Amino acid sequence: MGLNHTEAQAMLKDSVAPFLAENAPVKHLRNLRDSNDQTGFARDLWKQFAEMGFTGILIPEAEGGLGLGHVEAGIVLEEIGRNLTPSPFLTTAVAAVEALKGAGAHLRGEWFPRILSGDAVIGLAIDEGAKHRPAATALVAARAGNGFKLSGKKQFVVHGHVADMLIVAARTAGAPGEEQGITLFAVPRDAAGVSVEADRLVDSQLSARVTLDGVEVTADAVIGDVDGGWGPLGKLLDAGRIGAAAEMVGVGGGAMDMTFDYLKQRKQFGRVIGEFQALQHRAAHLYGEMEGARSIVLKAQHLLDDGDPRAELFVAAAKAKAGLACNLSVREGVQMHGGIGMTDEYDIGLYMKRDRALAEFFGDSYFHADRVARMNGY
Amino acid sequence: MTDLETFRKETRAWLEANCPAEMREPQKSEDEACWGGRKWVFKSPAQKQWLEVMAEKGWTVPDWPKAYGGGGLSAEEAKILRSEMASLGCRPPLLSFGIWMLGPALLKFGTEAQKKHYLPQIARGEIRWCQGYSEPGSGSDLVSLQTYGEDKGDHWVVNGQKIWTSYADKADWIFCLVRTNKEDKYHGISFLLFDMTTPGVTTKPIKLISGASPFCETFFDNVKVPKHQIVGELNRGWDVAKYLLGHEREMISGGGLGEGMASIGAAFKDVAAEEPVLRAQMALFDVETMVFRAHSERFMDDWKTGKAHPAYSNLMKYVGTELNKKRHELVMAAGGSDALEWESERSKTGAKPRTWLRTKANSIEGGTSEVMLNVVSKRILEMPGA
Ligand SMILES: Cc1cc2nc3c(=O)[nH]c(=O)nc-3n(C[C@H](O)[C@H](O)[C@H](O)COP(=O)(O)OP(=O)(O)OC[C@H]3O[C@@H](n4cnc5c(N)ncnc54)[C@H](O)[C@@H]3O)c2cc1C
Ligand SMILES: Cc1cc2nc3c(=O)[nH]c(=O)nc-3n(C[C@H](O)[C@H](O)[C@H](O)COP(=O)(O)OP(=O)(O)OC[C@H]3O[C@@H](n4cnc5c(N)ncnc54)[C@H](O)[C@@H]3O)c2cc1C
Repeated sequence: MGLNHTEAQAMLKDSVAPFLAENAPVKHLRNLRDSNDQTGFARDLWKQFAEMGFTGILIPEAEGGLGLGHVEAGIVLEEIGRNLTPSPFLTTAVAAVEALKGAGAHLRGEWFPRILSGDAVIGLAIDEGAKHRPAATALVAARAGNGFKLSGKKQFVVHGHVADMLIVAARTAGAPGEEQGITLFAVPRDAAGVSVEADRLVDSQLSARVTLDGVEVTADAVIGDVDGGWGPLGKLLDAGRIGAAAEMVGVGGGAMDMTFDYLKQRKQFGRVIGEFQALQHRAAHLYGEMEGARSIVLKAQHLLDDGDPRAELFVAAAKAKAGLACNLSVREGVQMHGGIGMTDEYDIGLYMKRDRALAEFFGDSYFHADRVARMNGY
Repeated sequence: MTDLETFRKETRAWLEANCPAEMREPQKSEDEACWGGRKWVFKSPAQKQWLEVMAEKGWTVPDWPKAYGGGGLSAEEAKILRSEMASLGCRPPLLSFGIWMLGPALLKFGTEAQKKHYLPQIARGEIRWCQGYSEPGSGSDLVSLQTYGEDKGDHWVVNGQKIWTSYADKADWIFCLVRTNKEDKYHGISFLLFDMTTPGVTTKPIKLISGASPFCETFFDNVKVPKHQIVGELNRGWDVAKYLLGHEREMISGGGLGEGMASIGAAFKDVAAEEPVLRAQMALFDVETMVFRAHSERFMDDWKTGKAHPAYSNLMKYVGTELNKKRHELVMAAGGSDALEWESERSKTGAKPRTWLRTKANSIEGGTSEVMLNVVSKRILEMPGA
């Protein structure tokens, strides 16, 4: 199989792209922000995602989904990125679904139908500090009777304040820093002892700090094995990372196209500024960086979908590169727009803000380059 | 099993049976590569045998038609052959400007007689070619070239000078851009082929900063070239030259492939452990290496199926050559003062610094990085202006 989209994938793109451009363009984000919306996304749009089948892309066919892969999920995410659409798609329909695939029948039976119908939103309670360090999980889950009692704090739980369920990484054994001894739990957000504090982020999305204060759950809430949560957590993180990378290909691509259009219109010194070689070379370089990012993201998606053991390495490289390229794109975007790029009214700044948030989501470029080095044995 | 899976199995079995063990050892230096040609002296019997069995099968040029000495493989099959050769560590049987540059141009622009004559010689490694494009006054601005061919009825008489002609002193024939009309800049150049032993052709090696002399000044003094040795139409050589440059850029962009694609940090673990800032540079470089490999794979899949933008190889040339230069900067930094040694046996007569210096030409030869960016900006991004 070639490293490009199949006909079916190209058709999916042809349906997703106009759907999002029409129903959730950048204006949609502005409207939510300017009306001081407190949900963080539009519930009717999330319902439409379900009706179009998008929320079931990664859910197995036997369980009512489409049984497709990360390439297809990535097609939706790239368009979400291009339009800066606020959506629980990445957390709920991609990362949470991959974690739940490692859960028992009861959890799958409870959540897959609600994700498919666009009724459920799931928050990912992984990070405990300002930087992404999943192995550093310290939130304690102590055995209590037949179940567990969870206590500790999480942050950067996007949509956490409106989530129906939180996937919580907790420590049941070992010490912070160790991969062994982590257990994943499905915790209803309205369980006693869960408190959330939502805050608007730089990119206008709403994210929560979550406190668990002696939250009791039964053994049925465990996703995967006790102490062996690194397995399903790894699936969640790989899915989230490649998904965020695909979204950044969209963010960077959107910013790039906008900038190139501007270079062809804006006149100074009696000429269109796109005629200046100083800008042309930077534009061509940027295009090469974005093309590289698109290629490694697609490669990693293919390897994940094939169950290839190299997938983890390539996902790390893809998140690292997508971050570097997307960041270049938004920086060049603002700079090449001159003064107007600094205004709130103009969209390029919104791309810069989304890039910053996605950079931190599931680990930044430096974190992932470091992982690449470790996996390469140094 | 699908046809392609069968093909993969058979290919692997054939390579295992036919590729001599010595040709599966990593190459120790660039000198060990096989370039063929009349003057070629094989470095070992295994090198000769490997070229012969591969040429016999048409696999020195797997995707050329069988009628011209190729393997007649589809794009998918050729990709499988490449990946099986890579996984078994088989060396390329033949490096050749004929394969990378002239061949594709002949396949597109040559007459049937030219294809039948020249292509099988290239495939078998019998004739080694050099490229006569650049002149002292015409580098990036190649179309300003002055070497002139005067029409003498059944032949041209060529006078002028080329420069930077790689391996001109080792080549048997040259493909050469010659002005045949002084009035028309673009439509006044013809693409001629001639034997380097023709009277009036002389070469003078130029020494590079790496100390090697792989290229020459090439002089033409009343060189007679028969009219049937033109490729494409009279005065339309620029079209052929541009098409060929696309292939040349595709080839040079792959310069970082092969051993150059391995993790750099893994090769210098001790240094990486002691120098966190250098380790960080290596980690970021490893990411770029993986990116380029995926980018090349995607480009090749699009290129071979005709889906790539015709100017895309310019982008790959830019990215690939800049990456390769960066790799050797890191190799030198990791090597420290050991990597400064120029003549010692321990340093294999300065393999590291000489290679490092040689890679600086990657972003000059075949069109400079700046020219690549100009082309990408204008043809792919469609930026305005001349
Ligand atoms: C926060 C802020 C405060 C400001 N305060 C003031 C103020 O108090 N008073 C005031 O008068 N102005 C002020 N300015 C305006 C500022 O001086 C201009 O924004 C600046 O000169 C650039 O002009 P421009 O925005 O029209 O961009 P443009 O000139 O349109 O430039 C767009 C892009 O093209 C590039 N470009 C333009 N020409 C060339 C060329 N020949 N070669 C290569 N690249 C080129 C630019 O570098 C830029 O990247 C302010 C701007 C900002 C952002
Ligand atoms: C190792 C090696 C092998 C070679 N092999 C061959 C060969 O086999 N056959 C052959 O014909 N030639 C060969 N060449 C020549 C090569 O193609 C030329 O060196 C190349 O095209 C650049 O031309 P130049 O050296 O005249 O540099 P110039 O064109 O003079 O360029 C000087 C600098 O100006 C920049 N520049 C020029 N024009 C522009 C522009 N419009 N915009 C921005 N920047 C610009 C260039 O990028 C460069 O940095 C070889 C060169 C090398 C180094």
